[in-house]
Amino acid sequence: MKILVGIKRVIDYNVRVQVNRDGTGVVKDGVKMSINPFDEIAVEEALRMKERGDAAEVVVVSIGPEAAQQQLRTALAMGADRAILYQAEEEVQPLAAARALLAIIKAEDPGLVLLGKQAIDDDANQVGQMLAALWDRPQATFVSGLEFIDSVARATREVDAGLEQIDVELPAVITVDLRLNEPRFVKMPDIMKAKRKPLDIRPFAELGVEMPPQLETGLHEPPPKRQGGIKVESVEALVKALHDKGVLS
Amino acid sequence: MSEHDNGIEREVMEYDFAIVGGGPAGFACAIRLKERQPDANICLLEKGAEVGAHILSGCVMEPAPLDELMAAWRDDPPAICVPAGRDEFRFFTKTRSFRLPTPPQMHNAGNFIVSLGELCKQLAAHAESLGVEVFAGFPGRHPLIEGDGPAARVIGVRCGDMGVEADGTPDGRPGPGFAPGVDIHAKTTILAEGCRGSLAKLLIARFRLDRDATPQTYGLGFKELWRLPAGRATPGLIQHSVGWPLDHKTYGGSFVYHLDEDRVYVGYVVGLDYADPRFSPFEAFQQFKHHPDIIRLLEGGEIISSGARTIIEGGLQALPRMDMPGALLIGDAAGTLNVPKIKGVHQALRSGMLAAEHLAAHGSGEGYDAAFRASPAGRELHKVRNIRPGFHGGLWLGMANGALETVLGGRGPWTLKTHADWNSLQNQAATRAHGAQAAMAAHWHAERTLAPRDRLASVYFANTVHEEGQPVHLRVADTSICATRCAEEYGNPCTRFCPVGVYEMVDDGAGGRRLHINASNCVHCKACDIKDPYQIIDWVTPEGGSGPNYQTL
Repeated sequence: MKILVGIKRVIDYNVRVQVNRDGTGVVKDGVKMSINPFDEIAVEEALRMKERGDAAEVVVVSIGPEAAQQQLRTALAMGADRAILYQAEEEVQPLAAARALLAIIKAEDPGLVLLGKQAIDDDANQVGQMLAALWDRPQATFVSGLEFIDSVARATREVDAGLEQIDVELPAVITVDLRLNEPRFVKMPDIMKAKRKPLDIRPFAELGVEMPPQLETGLHEPPPKRQGGIKVESVEALVKALHDKGVLS
Repeated sequence: MSEHDNGIEREVMEYDFAIVGGGPAGFACAIRLKERQPDANICLLEKGAEVGAHILSGCVMEPAPLDELMAAWRDDPPAICVPAGRDEFRFFTKTRSFRLPTPPQMHNAGNFIVSLGELCKQLAAHAESLGVEVFAGFPGRHPLIEGDGPAARVIGVRCGDMGVEADGTPDGRPGPGFAPGVDIHAKTTILAEGCRGSLAKLLIARFRLDRDATPQTYGLGFKELWRLPAGRATPGLIQHSVGWPLDHKTYGGSFVYHLDEDRVYVGYVVGLDYADPRFSPFEAFQQFKHHPDIIRLLEGGEIISSGARTIIEGGLQALPRMDMPGALLIGDAAGTLNVPKIKGVHQALRSGMLAAEHLAAHGSGEGYDAAFRASPAGRELHKVRNIRPGFHGGLWLGMANGALETVLGGRGPWTLKTHADWNSLQNQAATRAHGAQAAMAAHWHAERTLAPRDRLASVYFANTVHEEGQPVHLRVADTSICATRCAEEYGNPCTRFCPVGVYEMVDDGAGGRRLHINASNCVHCKACDIKDPYQIIDWVTPEGGSGPNYQTL
């Protein structure tokens, strides 16, 4: 079975994100970029499946700027077999990304598509669900446990009430959550090997996906500054303060 | 070496040249080596998660060496690059400031204010395009040495292990994701770790490279990037000050470099030979920001990032021998910075290029030390060798001596001695309540309004990260001293000199006090390794990719 894993280049989770001066977006100049952490978990899961013999090939694909090659190289160094970058310098919104992935699926014919549950830049959490609908295949989202029985994936999902187990028929779209695994450290010799693995760069336009923006961004604003706390002398003062804030009636 | 040696199989990677440290010296050496020997296999290790993540410098750069190394940089300048404008040098009192003549070494016409982190990313890209293998996130943890006595020779470095869990022992134990560090074997290993490099420290001791040098001295520098309300910054303006909040006995001063897009770099440097154990360099910096001249600039602005790093200040007389069998020290791992110019980048670039040229011409590093001292970079250090040590007698003597040395151009037949920083602290009994600094030390927590609120808040602006489960990478040989001798003699100065509050004395639950180390806050400045008065703190590299993630600093 071939596994297709989608990865997105995002601002590293350790970086303090800042809104730019005119409020049209966030500062990306000189900012560290990484694989979206959930996507990295998806790559790790695919590699573990391959190591267990559940999969034959792991293909990583990204849609994004030319520099997203760095993230694909990282995935190759982790152990993926080959990578494809559909180069798009402008923003690709969730529906366009889902359509693009569908076109890639048509070409690659994978037995499983693994994605992060959401990207930490826009936190949209839409691509996996949209892709499953467009592809007309089953989906399992927020997956924190995964095993395979013949052509069925048994997925443990993180839901509001706790954990839910569902079986989905393959091929399917599975989006992964934080607790599924802990991605491996990349090893130095593997970084060298990754340089020789195939990484195709193709223009986004080649996919034939129309992508009129569905969403319009009004303004980026940092969250309001938090007020410092106050100390109160007594229980009475606390109750009064809460009353004044309208917290107690 | 670590206990993980036992039974752990390590991969070995062979190179012609292994360079440790992704700063200007390391990249200059790598690039020039590749130009001279295109077939050479060269790797460069950087402990930060990406190139530039750990590097911190003022930084007003003299461009000539960079022009020589990578002429195209002017067409594609780093993300922050502003041509130097007017120079201003002032003396501060608590409420006022006076214009002083700018010392000739501090004239900056033709120079550039740059983000060194951003410049290093460009140097990395250039080096990679030539075929240098750059590995970010991989610290050089141990030197590999073959042979004993006079036959000892550096044969490479062992990279740090990944996925080690803390278990109460210094080295920890392999965790579930454990990945042993690779052994890198190289014909020549080049240490370009910057100030107080952890491998350089070991090798200087191992090969007694400092036996003909006077003690090395250091400064501790802080730097913040601010965005100001529109129109307040004057792009290119370079402001320096001496004086308040430091007393005249303590070496140090401030910088404010005005950038484009309403941004400024504001920073402070304190000589680590300060004497008062109650002194807090971080608080001195924060108080400086509240001087009327500075708060007027910053108020209403927003802090974007911050960091701290030690600076090597010993100059020529403290410079260790830069070559040893199988390895070289270049840049500030040796100490090539020019203190009176307050510039190190051009010297680091020169020392890196010179090392490459020497290796290409001679096939080994032998003789590099003499070649460096005879080179323009070495001569530049010779000229100014007596200026920084002149400040040992205080600010005014230092300025007078500096003026004399400048007139003489360093041609005087004397060379002033440097003094070690770790033994400069005065015993508390001697410093109790006298002097301006002492009075100020009692008021360190004076009202402050500008960010960051405290040292912990500044950690947030450095984007520092260490996995909590790692063994502590700040190794204190004997923590029993902390609660007893050190508390009595110096009042635990580590709790004040650390710029991010890594060291804390806490209740030990049995009526006493004990040292607690918040290793995850560490910004890899190395001040503790230098200033600790008992020399029992050893800074070692944590897991690769840990530490600060400086953005455009």
